[in-house]
Amino acid sequence: MSDLIALVDCNNFYVSCERVFRPDLIGKPVAVLSNNDGCIVARSQEVKALGIKMGVPLHQVADLVKQHRIQLFSSNYTLYADMSQRVMNTLASFAPSMEVYSIDEGFLDLSNVYPCQHNPEAYAKRIKHTVWRHTGIPVCVGMGPTKTLAKLANFAAKKWPHTGGVLDLSNLVRRHKLMAIVPVGEVWGIGRKLSQRLNALGINSVLDLARQDPNYMQQQFSIVVARTVQELNGIGCMELEAITPAKQQIIASRSFGEKLLTFEQLARAIADYASRASEKLRRQHSLCSHIGIFIHTNPFSQTDAHYYQTAGRRLTQATNDVRLISQTATRLLEEIYKSGYKYHKGGVILSDIRPASQPAQIDLFESPGTLLSSQLLMQTLDAINQRFPQSTVIAAKGFDQRWKAKADHVTPHYTTNWRQLPKAYCK
Amino acid sequence: MFSQFSEHALHQYPNIRLPKDSLIGHALPLFGGKVSAGFPSPADDYVEKSLDLNQFLIQKPAATFFVKAQGDSMLGAGIHHDDILIVDRSIEATPGKIVVCALNGELTVKRLAQTRQGWCLQPENPAYPDIPIQDELDMVIWGVVTNVIHSV
Repeated sequence: MSDLIALVDCNNFYVSCERVFRPDLIGKPVAVLSNNDGCIVARSQEVKALGIKMGVPLHQVADLVKQHRIQLFSSNYTLYADMSQRVMNTLASFAPSMEVYSIDEGFLDLSNVYPCQHNPEAYAKRIKHTVWRHTGIPVCVGMGPTKTLAKLANFAAKKWPHTGGVLDLSNLVRRHKLMAIVPVGEVWGIGRKLSQRLNALGINSVLDLARQDPNYMQQQFSIVVARTVQELNGIGCMELEAITPAKQQIIASRSFGEKLLTFEQLARAIADYASRASEKLRRQHSLCSHIGIFIHTNPFSQTDAHYYQTAGRRLTQATNDVRLISQTATRLLEEIYKSGYKYHKGGVILSDIRPASQPAQIDLFESPGTLLSSQLLMQTLDAINQRFPQSTVIAAKGFDQRWKAKADHVTPHYTTNWRQLPKAYCK
Repeated sequence: MFSQFSEHALHQYPNIRLPKDSLIGHALPLFGGKVSAGFPSPADDYVEKSLDLNQFLIQKPAATFFVKAQGDSMLGAGIHHDDILIVDRSIEATPGKIVVCALNGELTVKRLAQTRQGWCLQPENPAYPDIPIQDELDMVIWGVVTNVIHSV
């Protein structure tokens, strides 16, 4: 097990990505919106200070937005993915082993990293400074002998600016001092419901939890909570995940920009989701044997009639061919579509996924040449889509794009599109 | 350990990702010797490795960004309107370097200079003024320009 693990976590990641290319917005209130511009999914410090909570629907805070001139951006996942790779790549040079935990968090194994051993916090400060210098993204670094403690340290480093954004919880005295003042709900893996149940047992602070007997915790709750107690006491129970396991289920779905009414409109949307999902499938070199779709009306609407339906089909032969997936999805739609409803959201779910390299059951009725020609076609399609994104259209799709998500505040793909480079003025 | 990972080292750490190449590599085989009319000389050396512009121009991909120059204040440095600048954020900004800086919130291209009066941002065009760097100036260095891509 490791002696020292660091969790590096970007501050207000989506907002920070936008600010790299809009330095005029540093210090100003900025928020990033979810798909369809529905909710706020990222807030700058200034927006947080106004009391606007994470995930709040935009229409609920429209007045505040106007009053404080909060700059809004539609989510620019292309940009965030690229910036995330840059951050992770920069972090990789600081440790022999790392785990990319999410788009804006990474664990580093700092045990036996020679320059770190003498002064871990100085090393962490170097990490923070280097990421900022190279990518423009501000981060905080939390360290401890286990992942759970590293996460806790990171939480504290972020919350208390006098730490300088860096905190090491290896020292027992300091660790217990911190754990005594942090509520148990802030521990990694302890959600709201669990923390309420813990509170009912008199376990209120992180220190209270750390002092519990792991066996008792396993009886009362689960092995996961027992492991968390161990981790809080410096006993590592979780290795760094070296390899991201391939997704076992791939879902492509979005809320529609406008309510959709007709079969044709829904078919176009479903065809696009089928296309995207099958692209993801091919990218991880997998095949699927089960295709499902779902469509439904707005569950929160007070006036619209409600309808929610799903359909699925098992395939005789696993595939990643977009034509078959798209056709199947459209046929499934025929089974469940009902007219007279205002559809709000739909999606395609690919499951029963296995690697393309594993031997498949041979379908007696499938001619041998089909799979190969399908593979060649898919490769060509993927190559075209990579060069000219979203340019290939499968028959059912068409050009009516009303179902596409609303995005009124898009920012350029600054780092991935030659035609959308940031401008630098010579004046 | 803190210099870049070599391609070989990278294979040991499958979880480390490199940024996507922004340039589509154009490989040009290089002929190492003269090819005279008739038969190639047996003494000629054909260089095995292809030339890759990415390798030549970009030292730290994670810290390298491309920006589009707008305007003519840096003509003297060979930077024209619509040229693409390769900007490396990891390089230290020292006097004499051409930098991109956030000047009053706007990405701006200047040459960094150190005069007897202190630090200064200079244009490369007599039609534009020097800008002395004083405390009140809203300026942050964004990166150092390493190369200019100019279409002819």
